[in-house]
Amino acid sequence: MTDINRREFLKIAGASTVIGLLGGWKAVELLAPGELEAKYLPKPEALTAKRWAMVVDVKRMDEAIAEKCIEVCHYIHNVPDIGDPKREIKWIWLERFEHAFPGQLQEHMAERLNGKPFIVLCNHCDNPPCVRVCPTKATWKRDDGIIMMDQHRCIGCRFCMAACPFGSRSFNWGDPRPFIKKRYPEYPTREKGVVEKCNFCAERLAKGLLPGCVEVSDGALVFGDLTASDSEVRKALRRHFAIKRKPYLGTNPQVYYIV
Amino acid sequence: MFEKALVGDRRYWGLIIALLAMIGVGFILYLWQLKVGLKITGMSRDVSWGFYIAQFTYLVGIAASAVMVVLPYYLHDYKAFGRITILGEFLAVAAVTMCGLFILVDLGKPVRVFNIVLHPTLNSVMFWDMIVLNVYLLLNIVIGWTVLEAERNAAPPPNWVRPLIYVSIPWAPSIHIVTAFLYSGIPGRGFWLTAIMAPRFLSSAFASGPALLVLLALIIRKFTRFDPGREQIQTLAKIVTYCIIINVLFFLFEVFTVFYSQIPEHMHHFEYLFFGIEGHGKLVPWMWVSFIGMVVASVFLVIPRIRRDETTLAIGCVVVIVTTWIDKGLGLITGGFVPNPFDKITEYWPTVPEALITLGVWAVGFLMLSILYKVAVSIKEEIMT
Repeated sequence: MTDINRREFLKIAGASTVIGLLGGWKAVELLAPGELEAKYLPKPEALTAKRWAMVVDVKRMDEAIAEKCIEVCHYIHNVPDIGDPKREIKWIWLERFEHAFPGQLQEHMAERLNGKPFIVLCNHCDNPPCVRVCPTKATWKRDDGIIMMDQHRCIGCRFCMAACPFGSRSFNWGDPRPFIKKRYPEYPTREKGVVEKCNFCAERLAKGLLPGCVEVSDGALVFGDLTASDSEVRKALRRHFAIKRKPYLGTNPQVYYIV
Repeated sequence: MFEKALVGDRRYWGLIIALLAMIGVGFILYLWQLKVGLKITGMSRDVSWGFYIAQFTYLVGIAASAVMVVLPYYLHDYKAFGRITILGEFLAVAAVTMCGLFILVDLGKPVRVFNIVLHPTLNSVMFWDMIVLNVYLLLNIVIGWTVLEAERNAAPPPNWVRPLIYVSIPWAPSIHIVTAFLYSGIPGRGFWLTAIMAPRFLSSAFASGPALLVLLALIIRKFTRFDPGREQIQTLAKIVTYCIIINVLFFLFEVFTVFYSQIPEHMHHFEYLFFGIEGHGKLVPWMWVSFIGMVVASVFLVIPRIRRDETTLAIGCVVVIVTTWIDKGLGLITGGFVPNPFDKITEYWPTVPEALITLGVWAVGFLMLSILYKVAVSIKEEIMT
């Protein structure tokens, strides 16, 4: 062990500071946003779009098909069956016309709409109030229009639930896991204290699969790119008159209903 | 100065112990809530905010009202209020602390609360509410404490504190305006979607806060040697009177727009609150007590004889505090969520654990208030002798 004097110590200290600073600067350059940043690229098999949208063909949708849609969605997303309507969690479900479209019920409606169940889900609004109010960016809009939820960032303030005019969001008032009848291993379960909702099956689109509900709907649900003029949704919207839920609020829902 | 809070008579310690006991009960129940989740409350998918957020909203108003004693003294040189600015500022400190705690106990994931700071989101009103409330808390602690210390040393307050005081004056209404924006900027909730929300918040705040200050001043006079002063109490009483009148008016303005326009999505909420819908009407008696109480308080407090008599004034102030509390602490939040976006009714009522956690948070606020007021009053007594 050699003794170092004050002069040598200062030399070494000075040199290491310079090296440290250089290294530090290099790290800053490396981590700074720019060319080096890893870019997210969808897999070649993924389904992509500029604007995902869904069309519900109410004429073709009956209760049996709807039940299938709901069942498959809730199964592949590990949505618990709480059993208590006050605390239930649902991504897609049925409402009567006057509840799905409040204020739009007329005395003399087409008879086939009487008591007809409407399938409702997150509208993936183009101008989403839930995203506007979230204080942590735990919910956000993707470039393809899907409104996503990050359950690892959500603080459970439920501002998004107050802001959603469609009642599309559910909160985990307790631990949901004991209420998942059959666990689906390919999708994560949630913890208590966070909000969740339909994600247009973003995880399936990434694998090149259509949303689960669309797949089992026998053509009653149409899904596609709203910006592509030859897409299924555009074809359906060209052929039929479709309505949207609460269009006057300016959120611009992207789930259309052919009545 | 804090040492003043550590000595006191039996009554003082009795109060402290009682409050600590309430805090203890609330804390234990909160631990339970932390373990099993918010399902121990009465909140639901449809009424997703409840008692906690309602208390938060009410208390932001109490906090903002400190400006009603600070402004006349510093901007209009109304000397009489110099004696009691500290009471307003310390009340604000206790109230904002409760606000923060009510937000915290309402969160599903409280451990992640700092995500609001880690991922600042400028388009979220909640982010701005967090900023204005925290700054307001800091302003009032610093200003209150510094000015009181200067007063104790018979010296003028340091120069640096003056700009802070001037900042705190517009800052006070800002906390309640931003809090109103939490609600009034949301599409699809007809009850909240009104520009009168922020003005109503301010009027009810400037009625309820000064009313509480009147009561606190009367209590201080009764139990200590410090007299906040008759003139001071009378000026506060006038503020309470005119603000509660304005509050009733603002409410009626809203009622006119809603019922003359006949737009169902705005009317249904009022119908639920004041008449009940399809047999659901848990809040009906409360809302009528609140409205009639406010009208009665307005009429009676205008009469000089009733306002000048401190006993009837105290009764009037209690009525103002209770009725504005029902308005914001019960009606405002539930009324906004019922009927829900599907035009269906799910009612809300807090559960026992929820109420006890709420009481625990109130107890934290009153513990802080007792300690801070003990310090302030002891210093005031010391100066007098």
